[in-house]
Amino acid sequence: MSKRLSTGGRLIDRSRRIGFSFNGKPLAGHPGDTLASALLANDQMMVGRSFKYHRPRGIVASGVEEPNALVNMGEGKRFEPNQRATTTELFDGLTARSQNHWPSLDFDIGGINKHLSRLLPAGFYYKMFMYPRAFWKSVYEPFIRQSAGLGQAPTERDADSYEHFYAFADVLVIGGGVAGLLAARHAADTGARVLVLEQTAHWGGRSPVDGGTVDGSPVAQFIDETVSALEQMPNVTLRRRCMGAGVYDHGYVLGYERLTDHLPYAQGPRHRLWRIRAKQIVTATGAIERPLSFAGNDIPGVMLASAMRDYAVDYAVSPGERVVVATNNDDGYRTAICLRNAGVNVLRVLDARSAGGGALMDDARALGIRVDPGRGIAKVGGGKRVQSVQICAQDGVGGALEALKCDAVAMSGGWSPVVHLWSHCGGKLLWDEAQAHFRPDPEHPPLGADGNGFVRAAGASNGALALCDTLADATEAGKAAAKAAGFRRRNTRAPVGEAVSERPLEAVWLMPQQADVGLRSKSWLDFQNDVKVSDVQLAAREGFESVEHTKRYTTLGMATDQGKLSNINGLAVLSDALGQPIPATGTTTFRPPYTPISMGAIAGEARDEVFQPIRRTPIHDWHDAHGADWEPVGQWRRPYAFRRGSESAHDAVIREVRNTREAVGLLDASTLGKLIVKGPDAGRFLDMLYTNMMSTLKPGRCRYGLMCNENGFLMDDGVVARIDEDTFLCHTTTGGAEHIHAHMEEWLQTEWWDWQVYVANVTEQHAQIGVVGPMARKLLDKIGGMDLSAEALPFMAWADGRIGGFDARVYRISFSGELSYEIAVPASQGLAFWKLLISAGAEFGIMPYGTEALHVMRAEKGFIMIGDETDGTVIPQDLGLDWAISGKKEDYIGKRAQARSHMADPDRWKLVGLETTDGSVLPDGAYAVGEGVNANGQKVTQGRVTSTYYSPTLDRGIAMGLVLHGPDRMGEEITFPCTDGKTYSARIVDPVFYDKDGEKQNV
Amino acid sequence: MLILTCPYCGVAADETELACGGEAHLTRHGPGSSDDAFHGYLFSRKNPRGLHVERWRHVQGCGKWFHAARDTVTLQVFGTYPAQSHEPPEDIVRAIRRRHPEWTWKGAA
Repeated sequence: MSKRLSTGGRLIDRSRRIGFSFNGKPLAGHPGDTLASALLANDQMMVGRSFKYHRPRGIVASGVEEPNALVNMGEGKRFEPNQRATTTELFDGLTARSQNHWPSLDFDIGGINKHLSRLLPAGFYYKMFMYPRAFWKSVYEPFIRQSAGLGQAPTERDADSYEHFYAFADVLVIGGGVAGLLAARHAADTGARVLVLEQTAHWGGRSPVDGGTVDGSPVAQFIDETVSALEQMPNVTLRRRCMGAGVYDHGYVLGYERLTDHLPYAQGPRHRLWRIRAKQIVTATGAIERPLSFAGNDIPGVMLASAMRDYAVDYAVSPGERVVVATNNDDGYRTAICLRNAGVNVLRVLDARSAGGGALMDDARALGIRVDPGRGIAKVGGGKRVQSVQICAQDGVGGALEALKCDAVAMSGGWSPVVHLWSHCGGKLLWDEAQAHFRPDPEHPPLGADGNGFVRAAGASNGALALCDTLADATEAGKAAAKAAGFRRRNTRAPVGEAVSERPLEAVWLMPQQADVGLRSKSWLDFQNDVKVSDVQLAAREGFESVEHTKRYTTLGMATDQGKLSNINGLAVLSDALGQPIPATGTTTFRPPYTPISMGAIAGEARDEVFQPIRRTPIHDWHDAHGADWEPVGQWRRPYAFRRGSESAHDAVIREVRNTREAVGLLDASTLGKLIVKGPDAGRFLDMLYTNMMSTLKPGRCRYGLMCNENGFLMDDGVVARIDEDTFLCHTTTGGAEHIHAHMEEWLQTEWWDWQVYVANVTEQHAQIGVVGPMARKLLDKIGGMDLSAEALPFMAWADGRIGGFDARVYRISFSGELSYEIAVPASQGLAFWKLLISAGAEFGIMPYGTEALHVMRAEKGFIMIGDETDGTVIPQDLGLDWAISGKKEDYIGKRAQARSHMADPDRWKLVGLETTDGSVLPDGAYAVGEGVNANGQKVTQGRVTSTYYSPTLDRGIAMGLVLHGPDRMGEEITFPCTDGKTYSARIVDPVFYDKDGEKQNV
Repeated sequence: MLILTCPYCGVAADETELACGGEAHLTRHGPGSSDDAFHGYLFSRKNPRGLHVERWRHVQGCGKWFHAARDTVTLQVFGTYPAQSHEPPEDIVRAIRRRHPEWTWKGAA
């Protein structure tokens, strides 16, 4: 069993006990524990089930590389799945539940999969679930959904808050171990602004556990002194619990700071995303120990040797009472010695190297630990806990020489530098044969804007595994980084560490070396995704030669740990199966983030109202107080309709349409885009932008214009008013103001930059109010101040003046077919002017109307709407708007494209009106079908509905649509089989349903 | 997340302030151009692995369009210059050729 030792524990406070629960069971630990160490102290070695075979799984590691100990943390609004127990600091009241089991951790139905494992090989999902197709929905998918998945999705809204933080550094050091602190110290000594990020709660990394001396003093003392010195320096910022998550182009780095995960009752944001720009980066991210691949290496109780050492030294937890150590390098002896010194019975060290180890082996033997060189583990016995190991010759097929009863196995397969951050932005790796790992290639770092490298690796992450090597390496990295950031190199000295004589590691990718298929199919590579040695070998046999393909086929390294333990072992097995050296196989791509970061941190403050600010017209609050049903239009909110009393929105729209057609309606049109285009070449410029001729427009007059992009497709429309010889005011659609402004700027800056034209977006300078209906002129005459008679201000004219004491510009334009004035006043006076119109209009029956009534009335008149009749593939000619295309102009944007063969095709669908034969309303977007089927066996389509409404004026459904040869088929009936199960029949008619001759608007 | 210096306002702008507009120095083909020439102008854009001359707009800043010469693989930036130009200026050409000696503007000898 695993248990708390009676003394020791570098990081825990033994004087206090805190309570937590695991799967509902109340347990106790100490402040300073991680959830993993506290579970182990309570003999809870088994913490979950595996993803595919639902095998019992225990804690393997002590840090971010942990593949198994993922738990559902918290409850309700603070529930979060897939939290690593090894990086979760224990707090009083913590609740955690294990994952991937049903009905319980101890008894799991899915565990039957492990007996089917021969039927679940690599690529199983691809092979098995292809046929029969009908089985997918009813059989396969429910089965997979029940058995697959890591953790549960939260069901409630996140109660916590998050934030982003911007930071700049001359030298950013990622990692606060000996290498990071030392690099930071030497960089900071030059005066550089240094930021140091450490992902854990403690400085020093592994060194305090592994021991050693610096300049003759214990390494722990060196760490304390260095941190104290850095804390005193004004140019240094130190952050713990802050992971360097990713390195991106030109020195951009994301840091992920966990502020209150360990203080659940604290105020303030939970996580903070650091958005850092650094001139130079030092990655001092350490190294991760590799597991050994032997049969049963996933049984709870088998752990990384370094992790066992961490638990013993940092938390005074012994992972077992009778421990066997398997290693291929000298570091494994440190664990044996550490456990022995803590009073744990270390039964045996199995050293795969036939000659055994160096000085550390001698130390172990001197402590009475038996060492067997040239030996390995054939197989681990046990189910939910290690019970025994079978010992074999490493150079063999796995014949058992001896069986040992034990309850824990430590494995050490050598160390792999954490090269993720070096690699994120293109840093290359080289294979170090002596240490059997990939490490950063200093000749090929990630390059910055100036073409020089901006990342340096230091210490163990650079392959300098021994403390004495790390000290020299990190000193140089810190100095070089500061120099590259523009600071003068100082003549500071690297501290000296004692050298330990170690015998070189011998790479062991399979234990024993010629293990038979029975053992290989129980030797795990990827614990989290359940990938075994035999799976990778099968993939190689089936032709998956690229490591990227093998990864996706077997899912090796694709789980939430992203293969931190499994990648090197996996690609070594693949290389062996392919008969090629490891560097020829290469690694898969390292992508950020280094470990998963919360979605909350990514979103930061951008949620609720802050996510996307709402644009409000000057009259917004009045609408809100008068029953507006809001509709989002771009970033604006516009009233869809103004409901009265218990009236439905539909009824309100009918009332608003009738009132506007019969009396007078009021529309807040302030959201319409307003662009001033000014300059001697303004007319010439607008002739290029619009399909019509704008340069011939007379001051005081308005013209409706169409705007296309260079592809010929209609992108916007609106009324252009010529203010004076040099000045035009272009109205755009509500959603179009910003991008049409940008469109104009692009052409002016990049194509016709010698034309003298200036464009300003004045959309928000004016409130614009539509006064619409047969009583409109009476109302405005009553308010008084301008002559708005048909003679003084005819249709499509505009005039400046004062109405009711307001400075106003009045446009005589109509989007409803009624007598209509659009009146612009300064934005600050918009609300007062609106209120004046409402009160003065009472006697004429004035009512405000919303966007839906606007839509209905424009459809009754057959006016198109950008975004309804157009979808980015429609040209003006499709909509019968040829009258708005100038034939006199040599050129306009889109003209050449409209001459392309497909654009001139007579089979393009064209705009028509559609009138249902029974008066009902066609569903929006419905397709009309023709005779026969297409190449895909689908019914041939011959048109579609673009706008459809109930028309209160005609008391029937009306629609517009694009129909094959539509204008030539007036009176013909076509059918629309719809998703509501009904088939609609509609007659092709003229799209102008109301007042075809325009008599009502021109009075 | 690139950093490019806007040649108008001088700001070393983060990519979040900028919008990329694809290949620079296109020649517009209008009415009267051949189908091939128009097709090439409208659709056939260079997207090389290596040296590229691109259009960018300082959209969250001064609003100006400018051009940038950069390496799309190494992310090295050789310079930025105003969009109101018909070819990269000489100092940028020299900077490019220090790294890519064989490079010439539009393949000129």
